[in-house]
Amino acid sequence: MTPNTVIKGRAWVITEADGTFIDNIDTDMIFHNAHLAITDIAKMGQHAFGNLSGWEDFPKKAKQGDILVLGKNFGAGSSRQQAVDCFIALGVTCLLAESFGAIYKRNAINTGLPILCREGFAGKGKELSIRNGDELEVDLVKSTVKNITRGTTSSMEPFSKVQMDIYQAGGLYAYGKALEASA
Amino acid sequence: MGQTLIEKILARRSRDPIIPGSISWIDLDVRSARDFGGANVVKNFTVNYPEQKIADPAKTCFTFDCNVPANNIPYANNQQTCRVFAEKQGFRVFDVDRGIGSHVNIEEGQAVPGATIVGTDSHLNILGAVGAFGQGMGDQDIAFAFKTGRTWFEVPYSMKVVVKGHFSYPVTAKDLTLKMLQVLGSNGALGLSMEYEGPAIDGLELHERITLASMATEMGAIISFITPDKRILDYLNKRSGRSIEGLSADSDARYIKQVEVDITDLEPLVACPYSPENVKKVREVAGRKIDSVFMGSCTNGRFEDFVLVDKILTGRKIARHVMAKVVPATREVYKKLLESGILARLFEAGCILSSPGCGGCASGQIGMTGKGEVQISTSNRNFKGKQGDGDTYLASPVVAAACAVAGKIIDPRDL
Repeated sequence: MTPNTVIKGRAWVITEADGTFIDNIDTDMIFHNAHLAITDIAKMGQHAFGNLSGWEDFPKKAKQGDILVLGKNFGAGSSRQQAVDCFIALGVTCLLAESFGAIYKRNAINTGLPILCREGFAGKGKELSIRNGDELEVDLVKSTVKNITRGTTSSMEPFSKVQMDIYQAGGLYAYGKALEASA
Repeated sequence: MGQTLIEKILARRSRDPIIPGSISWIDLDVRSARDFGGANVVKNFTVNYPEQKIADPAKTCFTFDCNVPANNIPYANNQQTCRVFAEKQGFRVFDVDRGIGSHVNIEEGQAVPGATIVGTDSHLNILGAVGAFGQGMGDQDIAFAFKTGRTWFEVPYSMKVVVKGHFSYPVTAKDLTLKMLQVLGSNGALGLSMEYEGPAIDGLELHERITLASMATEMGAIISFITPDKRILDYLNKRSGRSIEGLSADSDARYIKQVEVDITDLEPLVACPYSPENVKKVREVAGRKIDSVFMGSCTNGRFEDFVLVDKILTGRKIARHVMAKVVPATREVYKKLLESGILARLFEAGCILSSPGCGGCASGQIGMTGKGEVQISTSNRNFKGKQGDGDTYLASPVVAAACAVAGKIIDPRDL
């Protein structure tokens, strides 16, 4: 089965109380090192944002199909895959950010979680054009984010070929096997 | 057109064109995992490649350094899972006695100029200190590398950092590293490969190069390189038992960003809670009472770092209310500290000595802080909650030792 390239969902805009993006959210804020021994994805969701001030109750609020809207350098810090997997466990289907930490970006791509980025895509400061609960439609082929609630559209940096190939294959391992078979 | 260091290294290990911004497949000289992430690598491998062999046992290893020896049952279980897998697959484990994996890579002669090394440590890019390409990756990536010996990689653009001036004690490579964080911030080098050069860099010893290269991740960079000079190459020759050739960027290589830093008037610096970029002069925050000091980590856990600590502690004692934790980076560093008498002197001065490893950095057994506790650490991260519930300040070994003696934040010049 080929995964969808159009994803619809409810937005969670990860901001401070004053409505501005929280930049440089590191992997310890996303999935604290106290829980690193966990290897079962199903047990990771409960710890998502467990160390991010103001967002500790996110696992209780998240629903299947939700989309995260994030600031700069999201997922800075460690290489832990759990910081990606914890969102998959909660049913989050897409991450949109101004930018991602390098290792985090790889981990999300490899596991087939679609991520898109572009600086300034959601506006600046408190004037963010996406609000909590807005209905979004993300087109991975066109690299666009349509805010259905507000009738606005932003364009994002395009998916790289490898990112799309891995996503379409259903993850790095499936992609690797396909490469091997075609070699 | 000429190539930057990262372009040159990747080109030697790839059959694809090496163009910044595009993706190439890279052959990997070393594929490793730590006790953190390692069990997940085993799980990924076993699920996706049941009953299959890894690509090359000679190029694969585990390096246990996070929680060594394990102080909780989940970590102990994960380490044992890794040992059993390694034995079955016939590859080497640098076990809980050995120390920080990236430092082991250097001591064992695996990390040499041009080598490509991946593992689950996000500070594996520290190997840029010897001109090797090291990269931390997630457990899926590493399991894939175990199986195929390859990885896909987006070739980064490069930036050059020219450092002018000279170091004068008590200013160290750690202060320059913190200065770079102040200049670039947490995402000022996002996705870039950095190359340090200039008069302040040329004379740096290996341990200083390690310190400077260790915080690329905190600036958002893929890696930061320091081109090895003859002394470093001599060391690597000895370590690897091979004749190692140097590797440097071409003079007409393309850099998309250049930064110049002058350290002539640099003072001892400290990164305040809760971000490595929150850098101030030590004198600006002096006077705050401290409860603990952590001396070690991949950033400042070398023998020479403890020589600096020893120098401060000579004829002095750790303040009575301060826990001063000493964690050498590796067993080899530990041995040298034992034999030189430094370990005994640190003990006499009141330090708590621990076996080598990462200490408190990744929920290890040494260096966690309690609520309200104020800690000075020579490590590289002070995010809220990272090393416990307390407040962590990042500083050099000289500053950390001075604070341990004074029982408060103090510039070593004011001790």
